[in-house]
Formats: sequence, structure tokens, C-alpha cells
Amino acid sequence: MSANPSESAHGDDSTNPVIHQCWSCQGPLGLSLAFCPTCDAIQPPGRTEHFAQLDVRPTFDIDLAELERKYFGLQRAFHPDRFATKSAQEQEYSLRHATNLNDAFKVLKSPVLRAEYLLELKGAPPAGGHEKTVNDEDVLMEAMETREALADAETPADVDAILARADAGIRECTEALSAAFGNSDLVAAAALTLRLTYLHKLDDEAAQRARILARAS
Amino acid sequence: MAPLQIHEPGQTPLPHAADKVAVGIDLGTTNTLVAVARDGKPEVLHDDHGQALMPSVVAYTDDGVLIGKPARHALLDDPSTVVASVKRLMGRGAEDIRALGGSLPYEIEPPDAGSGEGASDAMVRLRVGGKALTPVEISAELLRGVAARVEAALGHTVDRAVITVPAHFDDAARAATKDAARLAEIDVLRLVNEPTAAALAYGLEKGAEGIYAVYDFGGGTFDISVLRLQMGVFQVLATGGDAQLGGDDIDHVIAEHFMQERIASLGASGRSRLTPGEARMALMSARLAKECLTTQMTGNWNLDAQGAQTSHDLDRPTMDRLIAPLVERTIDHCRDVLADAGIAAADIQGVVLVGGSTRVPLVARRVAEFFGQEPLVDIDPDEVVALGAALQAEALTVGSDQLLLDVAPLSLGLETMGGLVEKVVHRNSPIPSAHAQEFTTYQDGQTALLIHVVQGERELVDQNRSLARFELTGIPPMTAGAARVRVTFMVDADGLLTVRAQEASTGVHQEVAVKPTYGLDDAAMAAMLRASLENAEGDMTARLLREATIEAERIALAVDAALAADGDLLTAGERTEIDSLVAAVRAAIKDGDRDAIDASATALNTGTGDFAQARMDRGITEALTGVSVSTLAETVESGADN
Repeated sequence: MSANPSESAHGDDSTNPVIHQCWSCQGPLGLSLAFCPTCDAIQPPGRTEHFAQLDVRPTFDIDLAELERKYFGLQRAFHPDRFATKSAQEQEYSLRHATNLNDAFKVLKSPVLRAEYLLELKGAPPAGGHEKTVNDEDVLMEAMETREALADAETPADVDAILARADAGIRECTEALSAAFGNSDLVAAAALTLRLTYLHKLDDEAAQRARILARAS
Repeated sequence: MAPLQIHEPGQTPLPHAADKVAVGIDLGTTNTLVAVARDGKPEVLHDDHGQALMPSVVAYTDDGVLIGKPARHALLDDPSTVVASVKRLMGRGAEDIRALGGSLPYEIEPPDAGSGEGASDAMVRLRVGGKALTPVEISAELLRGVAARVEAALGHTVDRAVITVPAHFDDAARAATKDAARLAEIDVLRLVNEPTAAALAYGLEKGAEGIYAVYDFGGGTFDISVLRLQMGVFQVLATGGDAQLGGDDIDHVIAEHFMQERIASLGASGRSRLTPGEARMALMSARLAKECLTTQMTGNWNLDAQGAQTSHDLDRPTMDRLIAPLVERTIDHCRDVLADAGIAAADIQGVVLVGGSTRVPLVARRVAEFFGQEPLVDIDPDEVVALGAALQAEALTVGSDQLLLDVAPLSLGLETMGGLVEKVVHRNSPIPSAHAQEFTTYQDGQTALLIHVVQGERELVDQNRSLARFELTGIPPMTAGAARVRVTFMVDADGLLTVRAQEASTGVHQEVAVKPTYGLDDAAMAAMLRASLENAEGDMTARLLREATIEAERIALAVDAALAADGDLLTAGERTEIDSLVAAVRAAIKDGDRDAIDASATALNTGTGDFAQARMDRGITEALTGVSVSTLAETVESGADN
């Protein structure tokens, strides 16, 4: 689970280096090190800010290939499979590191979760309040129309047409979201994030309908 | 710059005796295999008749326990002493078995009337050869058979193993598998999902890259996994399947067909109930028919029961018609898993066939049709899982660059109001993972919350598998909805779940490793260990010794590293003293006396306390004076401020 991101992201004290003690060799080491430079022992995970965790810039326009490369590289170092013959303490730390990496990767690779997380990091209140109710008339109308069309769809081809429309909507919304984050327009970004959430939900429903029709045929 | 400075974990090989070996075990419904890998080359071990497959059959005869082929032969003499396909009962409770009805060829021991309300939750026991045995104990016998084979083939004792499980095994079945290994004195390095192991064998041997589907239709389970293979990373994108669908079900359908023919030819007397032993023989005939019809187009089989013999003709088109509904169920799962992975059949680079049931011509044909390509069968579908498990066993003990990233096959959730399920971990989440959700009280003054953990995809609690119930108590009385109970689900790399519940305002917390409902509690496990092992105590001692050795070795290595880095802080006399303490630890490890190892390690820890303080002081001084030495990474600017 992620710690409150705003806490870890801003608990920054780069002017005051903090020295930790390695639990294994008892020697000094920098706060941010995951492995002791003296004895190589894995250290307990520290901050869990997702972007820092995966060593990528905190931006909406993320390079997914780079993100994945970083994720794989870090898992190669931290995954419990690397510690199968190590002490219980080392296995425990490895498990926590690997768990945090999976959490960070899940959030950052999804445009919706990434946008929500960025808004949280930047301290923007989510659109529609914490209940996340939609107050965007266009989104509501669109959702209703799409659901009706889905209910009426009788062939996979009908659903494919709806899916294509939903995908186009997602692309358009993602581009607008990228622009909003680029302009630091957090109010617009919050509204677009909510819209994107709904578009993805409709997309999922359409895909599910397509599966049901495919199975019936 | 990189916020994290990554160091190689340093693959210091642990001291292990040369007469022990880590193996890969495919503990199958129908057959069990064992393989060992050296330098990335896996090989299946054979018995002294050159057989790779060991039938997963155990016989409890008057002359002792028979495992594998001899046990299968005992089926002809006295079926009541023989158990097969016990994997289907792993982690199942007596209630589940009753739900399956009389279709199972086992005699179930009625739950002990005296054991009270927990009886229906207790692990099922089978009546076999005059004993009442749990599936865990029977599986442990199979694992002992494996260990004996390894010892005969290699002259090594098995002490650690990767054991494969169906991707769709639920938490209780996984825990039961680990318990069986414990009973057989085998340390489980990792439980690996069968399709993932198969992909590992293909990926490493054939250098496969791209997206692959593994269609694994075994004796008792069906799994379909979609993986991406790239640069040594084996990433499971999605997995689907059914833990209660396998070749056994094909046998059942054929046996039922024979029985209907029997009723037609014998009239009313054909309806008389078969004994469990006769049912087993009927299933065996059905299996022979299935196997024969993979190569032949037609054949004839006899059924002998209740003093009447009947003859049955069966041809392949008829068999195909009988089993088509089962095969279509597997294809439906394939369709779902592609959707979950977000890919189309055309994106699949190759389809790997695993499991004996893929030999059925209709199965292979339907898979080829669905994926639009001929499946890969370069590696024997019976052996591929064991080969992959052996590769992983070597990777875990010797070290490797390959990386397996697997997922949770089934969603995990909690019961909420009205018998509904709130999912906390969604299926296909990469593991290890941890997910938290907040719940609250629904009555004023409520001081306890019942936590009911379930596994499955359905909306209603009753339609899912119940894994555990526990109560979080000690919540201070508050108005309804005011308490904040945070429930955290943690799934480890074996796919096993631990649940923790914590009330935010008081910090009251409780944690359970999810296992008690259908598994064995520790007391039952200890009793079983005592009953089945004469040397249970010796086993426990060996385990504790190994743990003490690992810990002492770690401390000695850490001190070595500290001396190399900061030895200049010590006077010659201090240095000599520490050196002798390290030497004492190493000597104790060599002698293998646990108490001496623990004592010497503690002495080393204490004896290096001043040295550690001096090192910390130097580190802090250097940091404050801005001296940048390689051992002190500068504190990294927060990623958010980049």
C-alpha cells in the first residue's frame, strides 16, 4: 500500500544529510541506499513515492518503455527470488521492496491512476469531491448513450463500433489531460481525470459485452 | 542522477553440504516428476526402469506403503488400499467434498462427531487401507517417493525444492502443498505456477521472445496463462482456468457413457450401485479408452462389476462428442484470459501445450483453431513443467539473471454487509503485493469486527471460497461509522496470503496467515509430524541449525566487509580480538553445534559494538564536513522536485 505520497515526497531534507546505520554490518550508510555499500546487505525500504521509487520523472507524459525497463531492472535486484537462500530479515526486506515496486508500477503505468496520483502529489482536490460523483453533463450524457447502445448491440460488429468510439474518446481525453498537466492547470486536469475514468469504465463494459456476444455466437 | 544506487545483492553461495541438492518437482494429479538443473541444463530424473513419470498413486498395504507404479498395480489386487488423484482434494474441507457428491472414487471418513462445530471445516480425511488420512499426508508420501528417486539417481538427499502448483490453486491448496513438503522433510524454496514453469523451460531452452500462451490441461486442473518473454524477464500478463477441470473429468464422462450403455443392456440390475473399488476400475477402463483413442479411431472395453460383465465399443467421433463441452469450457477460459491481458489471439507468438490431456486430438485441434496456429510441442508436455521447476530451483540457489514476475490468479476480498464481497486484491495483480482497504463499524458502540476473507470472482460470499474468519476485538465504543479499520492483504511470492487488520485510532491490530479454515493448524501439523516421522525431532534440529548457520555466516561476512572498509579505525589489539571472534564463529559453523554457533555469533556482535560506534561517528563526521566518500550516498533530491 502506498504511504501518503505528499508526506514522503516533501519530507525532503537534502541540505541535512542523514546517516543511517546498516542493520547488518552496523556501519554508516546514506538514507537513500537500498543496499549497504560496505556489506551488500539489503536495507529496509524507505520512502514509497512512486515516481522516485521507479526512478522516473514525475510527469503525466511518462515514457512507458522506460518505466518498464526501470521496473524490470529494480525487480531484478529486489525480487524475493534473489533472496531465497538469505536470512529471514533479508527476505522480509526484499518482499517489502518488491511489493512497493509492484504498487508503484501499477499506479504509474495506468493513465487514470497516474493522473490521480499526480493530482494528489500536487495537492489538487479530486474533481467531484471525495465521492467522485460526476458533475460533468457531457460525461453523463455520453455514458447514458453508450450504455443504451451497448444494451441494444446484437452483434460483435455493433460492439466493435462502440468500442472504436470509446477508444477515440480515450485518446482525445488523454491528450487533453497531458496538455492540462503541461500547463499546470490542475482544475482542468482533475475534471479530465474523472472523465477519463468514466471513459475507461465504458470501454471495459463494451469489451465485456463483446465477450458475451462472442461466446453466444 | 538515480535516486537509488543499486548494488548487486552479492550472490554469496551459502555453505551447503555437497551431498544435498535442490530439485524441481511437478506434483501432478496423475503423475509426479522430478528434475534437476545444472548450469542451466535441466534434466528429468528416471527410476531404475527408465521411467520419468511416477504415477501419483499411493497404496497402503499390509506390507507397507507403495508409491507410484507398484501402487497402481495394487489397484488390481485391493482397490480399497489405493488412493489416486489426491491433488484434487488438497486444501478442501469436508463440506466441499460433500458438495461434489458421490462422483469421487474415494471413501471419505465421516467427520469426528466429538469434534464439535469446527468439524465441517476440518480437513477431509480419506479411508484407505484401514487408515484415515488427510490429502496432505498422502501427498507427503508422493514427495517421499520423489526424494527416494533423487537419492537413487544422484546419490544426493533432497533438502530444498521448487514445487509447482496449478496457477488456479487457491490459498488453502497452496498452503496444503507446503505442509505436505514439510511432512516429507523438503524445504520449499518457492511454489511456482505450472504454466509459468513451462514458459520458463521454453523461454530458456528455445530462446523464445514475445507473447506466449501456455495451455495447461492436466489430470485434474486447467490453466491458461499469457506471458511476455523479453530479455530474461518472464512476466505473466494474465492467467485463467479452473482448478477442478481436468483429464479426470474426461474419464468421468466416458465412464458415465459406459454405465448408461450398461444400464441399457442389463436393465434394472445395471443400476445397482458400484462399490468405490468398482468405480475406480470403471474410471480406469475409461482412461484406457481415452488414451487408446488418441492414436486409434475405435476400440472395445469391458466392465466387470456386481458379478456382470458388459462390453463397450467406442470410436473417436463419439468420444469427441462426449467431451466437447469440457473442451469448450477451456476455450472459454482462453477467450477470457486474452481479454484480461488486453491482447488478441493474433498477438500470440506461440502456444505451448502442457499436460497429458493435451494429447487428446480434439483438445489439440480446438486450441490450434482458437489461436489460429499450430501449438508448440518441442518439449514433452509431460516433462516441461518439471524442467522449468528445476531451472527455477537452480536459479534460486545458485543465482541467475532470469526474473519471474507472476500474478495472483484469483481475487481476494472481504465479506461486507448483506453477504457481498468487497474485493481487496484483484486477480492478475502482480505479486508480491499488498493492498489495503478501510472498513468501519455499522452499529453504535460496536467493539468487534468479524473479518471474513474470501477468494474468488463472484459477487456473493457464498459463491466464493471462504479462506478464514477472525475477529478484530478491542475497538473502543464509538458511533457507527466512526471507527476506521484498515485491512491489509499481503500476498507473498508463493501466492500465499496474510491479512492484517488494524483500528486507526487505537492501533489495535491482529494478523493471520490465512490457512486455518481448511488447512492444518500448527498443533495438528505437529501431531502429524510426530506420528509419521520417527526422526521428527532430528528434522526440527536440522532446520534450526541451518537457520543459525545462515545468520552466523551473515554476521561474519558483514564484519569482514566492515573490517575491509574501516579496519584502520582499530588498534592492532582490537583487531586481533575481533579476528579471533570471527574465527570462533567460523569454527562453530564448521562444528555444526547450534548453541555454539549462536553463542559465538552473539559474542561477535557484542565484541564489535565499539567498532560499529566508531564507524558511525566517522560516517557522520564525514557527512557533516561534506566529505564525499563512496560509502555515503548523498541524500537524493526528492523525485517530485526533479
